[in-house]
Amino acid sequence: MNSRITQYCIIRNGKIFLNGEEFFSSDSPESPMVFFKSSLKHLNISYPKFYKMDSLSKLAFLASEVILIQDKERGSIPNDRVAVVLSNSVSCLDTDIEYQKTISDRNNYYPSPALFVYTLPNIMIGEICIRNKYQGENIFFCSEAFNADLIYSYVNMLLQTNKADKCITGWIDFLGNTYEAVLFLIEREGNSNTIEFNVENLNKLYKGI
Amino acid sequence: MEEEVFGLRSIMNVYIESDNIISPLGFTTEQNFSALLECRSGIKFHKDKKYSQNDFYGAIIDDISLDDHFSEMADPIVYTRFEKLCISSITGALKQSSIDVSSDRTVIILSTTKGNIDYLSESSEDMNPKVYLWNTAKFLKEYFKSRNDVLVVSTACISGISALLMGQRLIQSGIYDNAIVCGCDIFSSFVMSGFQSFQAISYSPCKPFDADRSGITLGEGCGTLIITNNQPVNRKKNIKISGGAISNDANHISGPSRTGDGLTKAIDKALGEAGVASDKIDFISAHGTATPYNDEMEAIAFATSGLLKSSVNSLKGYFGHTLGAAGTIESIVTLESMRQNMVIKSIGYETSGVSQKLNIAKSNIQTKLTHCLKTASGFGGGNAAIVFSKVENE
Repeated sequence: MNSRITQYCIIRNGKIFLNGEEFFSSDSPESPMVFFKSSLKHLNISYPKFYKMDSLSKLAFLASEVILIQDKERGSIPNDRVAVVLSNSVSCLDTDIEYQKTISDRNNYYPSPALFVYTLPNIMIGEICIRNKYQGENIFFCSEAFNADLIYSYVNMLLQTNKADKCITGWIDFLGNTYEAVLFLIEREGNSNTIEFNVENLNKLYKGI
Repeated sequence: MEEEVFGLRSIMNVYIESDNIISPLGFTTEQNFSALLECRSGIKFHKDKKYSQNDFYGAIIDDISLDDHFSEMADPIVYTRFEKLCISSITGALKQSSIDVSSDRTVIILSTTKGNIDYLSESSEDMNPKVYLWNTAKFLKEYFKSRNDVLVVSTACISGISALLMGQRLIQSGIYDNAIVCGCDIFSSFVMSGFQSFQAISYSPCKPFDADRSGITLGEGCGTLIITNNQPVNRKKNIKISGGAISNDANHISGPSRTGDGLTKAIDKALGEAGVASDKIDFISAHGTATPYNDEMEAIAFATSGLLKSSVNSLKGYFGHTLGAAGTIESIVTLESMRQNMVIKSIGYETSGVSQKLNIAKSNIQTKLTHCLKTASGFGGGNAAIVFSKVENE
């Protein structure tokens, strides 16, 4: 039995797509920060922690909220059967650069723990887990480009060896003003009228819009 | 059909083929383990403005010794510090192994938090390409003439164990036969300043689980393990990865859970996969960073998982916290402990400073080690646990 891609979200160029349909479009696509804020508003979410996150985590958080819209049970009880497997090309370099600015001048030295903690690419996974009380398997890979083979192999192994029932997986990349999120919800016992989980479909959906 | 295939493969054994540690204590596993047996620590007092305006304790590899060692492989001037550590360690592990690094059945997995962080600048326009982790992976692929792309795992302090488990799982999935798992991080002002801003740096060499502990001592190093589905014939190499799991606290991004429930879940699942009851775990190589919250959280998790009888140590007092290398270096020491049936003294520990009665090693202990557990926990709420078991007469 093959697992299914039951939801997928793409965020690019000031637009959010859910399962191939436009979900939200920004009035100011040139500013990711404004776009992310208005997206949260559109999702009608009150979550103060969002404003403390770095850009990478904000992007990951938004994409995860979109693919979980229909999941009414999430966050109600701790769940160790949901895995989170994310990847990107630039790690958390955007925040690394911000942090570096705070320490490079000895006369203007102001490192802060609130910023430093985001100089790790797996923090965005932690943010998704905190929001949804997910305590399952989690890992972050770095690759030059979207690597459907690796994502498929690893996630399929988690599901087929019963280490998880569901997995949030995909690509979350942010540097400067360039960003891209392509996130999938994979379910081992997903509805058969959804998309089959395989390398070809991951690549097709990634390139899709 | 596919489920059946995976069902069968999930019990495929993955063995340790060879390993290497590069640290202030030496350039081979043997040199490092000898230092540990003599209770020598790699942590020293430093006055190096390159890393910190204030004097500090840290485990830093001597530049001259590193370049001396490295010059047997290549010209030290051409390579970055991070590259020199990875090349030295992977080469060291390969030397003791018969696996072919250039085979399409072999994959290299790099575990690191920050890679070439010393090349980071303050703007994204004039970025040195060396800071991209994927670029470091490409560099290693070319250097070792690997057929497959080098994979990169970066999950803070649990990176090393995560990378090892990833290697085991990809082998069990039938994608590769061998994995070269290399964990590495260098000492940097970037990371030092960050932990200083958290007020998390110890005033003395760190004292894991001790009543007087006051925080972390940072370190640098590289640890490489070669793992394979092909049972090694050498008697010395008779250990397998019998189980493992990764979990998340889902509690806080920079503080461990007070209840230790995330780590408990990882441990219980790892023991379950290994088929080893908690009272059969002879020894635990803990994460033991020596921050007040981490060590207490670990103690609670070990108690909850029924592990209070097992001997415990933390190796942070020897190597410092080596971040992306910690999981691999400390796993290798665990393996060498198993081979020599010797639990290493948990240096820096005198009086218990945690609420649970852990059995922390106050001296080196010669004892039979059959099943051992290595754990890690870190920023982002991640926890990882791996079980190593001796293979008897298989």
